[in-house]
Amino acid sequence: MVFAFGINWAMLVPDDYQQGATVRIMFLHVPGAWLGMLGWAVMTVAALGTLVWRHPLADVAAKATAPIGAAFTLMCLVTGSLWGRSMWGTYWVWDARLTSVLLLFLLYLGVIALWRTVEDPSRAARAAAILTLVGAIDLPIIKFSVDWWNTLHQPASVFRMGRPTIDASILIPLLIMTIAFTLTFATLVLAAMRNEILRRRVRTLRLLQASAAS
Amino acid sequence: MQAATHTGFIIAAYAAAAVVIIGLCAWVMLDYRAQRRTLAELERHGLTRRSSALRPEPTPQQAKEEA
Repeated sequence: MVFAFGINWAMLVPDDYQQGATVRIMFLHVPGAWLGMLGWAVMTVAALGTLVWRHPLADVAAKATAPIGAAFTLMCLVTGSLWGRSMWGTYWVWDARLTSVLLLFLLYLGVIALWRTVEDPSRAARAAAILTLVGAIDLPIIKFSVDWWNTLHQPASVFRMGRPTIDASILIPLLIMTIAFTLTFATLVLAAMRNEILRRRVRTLRLLQASAAS
Repeated sequence: MQAATHTGFIIAAYAAAAVVIIGLCAWVMLDYRAQRRTLAELERHGLTRRSSALRPEPTPQQAKEEA
């Protein structure tokens, strides 16, 4: 419902005086970026849960979040690339913001690969948690890259000191779309966590079956 | 004029986002079904988490001692 409301509103916003109709790509690109970073932040807290508090659900949450965060980061990269082609005349530039987001996507792939490579879930969880904590350094780099370096990407216009620099006619549908995507993200993470718990139950049963047979 | 020039990029962006979201939903639902099916299959074979059926059959020696 929130999605339908947000997309409907997004289609009705007036064209931007500089970017024209392409401003509508922002309603996908910004939530994608925000959720790509949120996903890694969730995994960072989960990594602490695995390494420090050893909470049993921490590595389940981390493993479930990784592909979903990666998908949203990919969405951010693809929509940003299409937006860049129409506004900057190029799909890609090696500027600090774009490169640091690409690095985040590669880090996601690294964590997913670790989970798939190491068979024992508890060992995989520790290795993935260490990589997640190291990768968390990329989050402030993404956020402040537009301030620290001279980039083609525009500076922060929503989450910044002072008021957002976007007009309310565009800001409100952007916030609605962000809420819709965030609700989708949370639902998907919870569903993926449930699947992971089932997968571990299957694994336990298979181990019991194997030990009973031997 | 500008809107018409960039319509293709806007449609491509929304299509890409739809593919990502629908793909994620499909992956989560199919994975859930697969895990449920595997669990049901294992349970049909008498395997449950705290199943006594998992205990190995006693050896003749153990059976004699228990008797």
